[in-house]
Amino acid sequence: MDLRFTPEENAFREEVRAFFKKNVPEQTRRKLIEGRRLSKDEIVGWQRILNKQGWAVPHWPKDHGGTGWTSTQQYIFLEEREKAPAPEPVAFGSQMVGPVIIAFGSEQQKKKFLPRIANVDDFWCQGFSEPGSGSDLASLKTTAKREGNQYVINGQKTWTTYAQYADWIFVLARTDAAAKKQEGISFILVDMKTPGVTVRPIQTIDGGHEVNEVFFDEVKVPAENLVGQENKGWDYAKFLLSNERTGIARVGISKERIRRVKELASIELDGDKPLIDDERFRMKIASVEVELKSLEMLQLRVVAARRTGDNKPDPASSILKIKGSEIQQAISELALEVVGPYAMPNDPHQDDLLRNEPPVGPDWASPIAPTYFNMRKVSIYGGTNEIQKNIIAKAVLGL
Amino acid sequence: MDFELSEEQRLLKDSVERLFADRYDFETRKRFMASADGWSRDAWKQYAELGLLGLPFDEKHGGFGGGPVETMIVTEAMGRALALEPYLATVVLAGGLLRHAGNEAQRSALLPKIADGTLLLAFAHAERQSRYDLGDVTTTAKKNGAVFVLDGAKSLVLHGDCADQLVVSARVSGGRKDREGIALFLVDGKANGLSRRGYQTVDGLRAAEIMLEGVKVNADALLGESGKAFPTIQRVVHEAIAALAAEAVGAMISMHEMTVDFLRTRKQFGVPIGSFQVLQHKAVDMLIAIEQARSIMFYGTMMAAEDDAAERDKAMSAVKTQIGRSGEIVGRIGTQLHGGIGMTMEYKGGHYFKRLTVIDTLFGNADHHLKMLARFDGPRAKGEVS
Repeated sequence: MDLRFTPEENAFREEVRAFFKKNVPEQTRRKLIEGRRLSKDEIVGWQRILNKQGWAVPHWPKDHGGTGWTSTQQYIFLEEREKAPAPEPVAFGSQMVGPVIIAFGSEQQKKKFLPRIANVDDFWCQGFSEPGSGSDLASLKTTAKREGNQYVINGQKTWTTYAQYADWIFVLARTDAAAKKQEGISFILVDMKTPGVTVRPIQTIDGGHEVNEVFFDEVKVPAENLVGQENKGWDYAKFLLSNERTGIARVGISKERIRRVKELASIELDGDKPLIDDERFRMKIASVEVELKSLEMLQLRVVAARRTGDNKPDPASSILKIKGSEIQQAISELALEVVGPYAMPNDPHQDDLLRNEPPVGPDWASPIAPTYFNMRKVSIYGGTNEIQKNIIAKAVLGL
Repeated sequence: MDFELSEEQRLLKDSVERLFADRYDFETRKRFMASADGWSRDAWKQYAELGLLGLPFDEKHGGFGGGPVETMIVTEAMGRALALEPYLATVVLAGGLLRHAGNEAQRSALLPKIADGTLLLAFAHAERQSRYDLGDVTTTAKKNGAVFVLDGAKSLVLHGDCADQLVVSARVSGGRKDREGIALFLVDGKANGLSRRGYQTVDGLRAAEIMLEGVKVNADALLGESGKAFPTIQRVVHEAIAALAAEAVGAMISMHEMTVDFLRTRKQFGVPIGSFQVLQHKAVDMLIAIEQARSIMFYGTMMAAEDDAAERDKAMSAVKTQIGRSGEIVGRIGTQLHGGIGMTMEYKGGHYFKRLTVIDTLFGNADHHLKMLARFDGPRAKGEVS
């Protein structure tokens, strides 16, 4: 047992860190630190910088553009990216549909889609959840009917993140109404420009626009856009969701956000002294940091287990998800405590660095309350924390 | 970065676990607890035969040259078995003080006897007023010609009732809380002027109050440099915290296993109560707390060997905070999920709860260490980028 990184791994860390330091656009970095939302151009622009470096899809097999890094190197890359901070890659392409196409797609699909995913020439979104199918995803009702050499899709998806930016959507749709609910589902790739696809925005409680409803009305899709076999889509979805847990703990992001909370608490006065001098507040920070240290060690254990060849989805990923989300929320609460009364003003221009009129209150204040509200999502998406507990109870405890 | 045990470490783990599985069931433990010592000298002999008592000592002192990982393996197994023996007191604490501060004569005289099971030691350090401050020492050592004269009272001395010799901390200079001016002395348990009152602690282990009234010791009883003992005391307490973290994790794992078994077998309303989601989620909350504890245990094991005292201190405060919190969650939920049976002395579950509660109070509870962390800048490993 040796929990230190090797000199080679430390050198790799230096290399990666220097790259992020040099290449993350200053405006993007500033927005991330301050909790402001990125534009599509900022997200895509960054991914292209990474792709030029050959680092857009490190976890993919080498012949599809992966880097061939060890799981420890990938972890280091992730941590440095989060701490830089640099934008998270948009998961729907590189983390979700990409690996599914690599594992189950046709040669033609691989050739057509994979390079465009790596460079975000196609911006992807995910068509899984429906109004009646959240935690019970397999109950989904959207249908895809085979007619000759095409599928005709009808139904509605919801909570579709970045559908407003997307060129393509991967859809779970029912292709066999008679089969058991998990067994009649297929995984189909749909061009968002196809007639019959409509996107309607959903504004969330933070005032932002990340998610959408997507409607399918007699949408005709070439049959070659089916991934793998018809009616096997549920297996591919499970494969995809187990990949989604990679990095779900967001350890580096939380470290960066705690750093930011401390920085702001050092500026903001509570009475005559900076809030950071208040022992009660410091204990709250320390409390989150202890949990974050435990989480980091847990993440390293998962990374090390993966390196030793055990590639099964680990029940530890559910724990990473639960604790990781609780910690992210706790940090957003600390930030809310720092900003104090200036959590109040609603600032429609919070994401605009070039605004004419300054915001009400300190210039760092206005994204904090929206971030606090927005962070409630992390214990809901990707399988709610309660669903994660059901998974652990069944898979680990055998209850 | 590698969490795997070496071949030797795996063998050690197997043999320790087998020893406790074969010789230390709960009924046997009750018998040990009811005996005059409150623990088993037979079991102690078996520890010696397995090499556990000399584990951290050099080979030339009858030991095996083990490090924090080996200690972690042993104390985790002890946590599962709820072992009563004075391992922490003799091997980790007093043995650690000898290892770090003793001169060659002291080490070669005493460490082999610890290793072969013939010498019991204890560390008499805490006092009535000191709470968790390792530098708070009022017991005095006055030099009188060739001897030191010790006066004072030591409290909560773990397994101090059965120790053949005590390592006593005493002030040679400075004020009550000065970190400078503390010295360590080896004192015979039968020395004139030393009296002790042994008692059982709430977890079924043993401790003693020690009175020192004009106890004379020769200058060769001094362990390490006079007045400079604090860094050694702190280092050994850090090693003890790492060992206790593993013991706590062992206890938590066992309590959780018992609880999940109970949920599977106990029926109410015609079904196993483990089919109820509200109870399932509580059992998962226990597991999450255990995985946090186990993760921080590895961190503690790694940092126990850290030479930078300030970094080690921060790390151990993080370890003790997490262990205390996790222990509380596991102990309380485990007791709750068992219903009435969990309240009974004859059932094993409650004894895990009690041991976990005592472990939290040893060397600073979770709140104390959180306060220490708040004074630092938070837990941070050496070399880690901030």
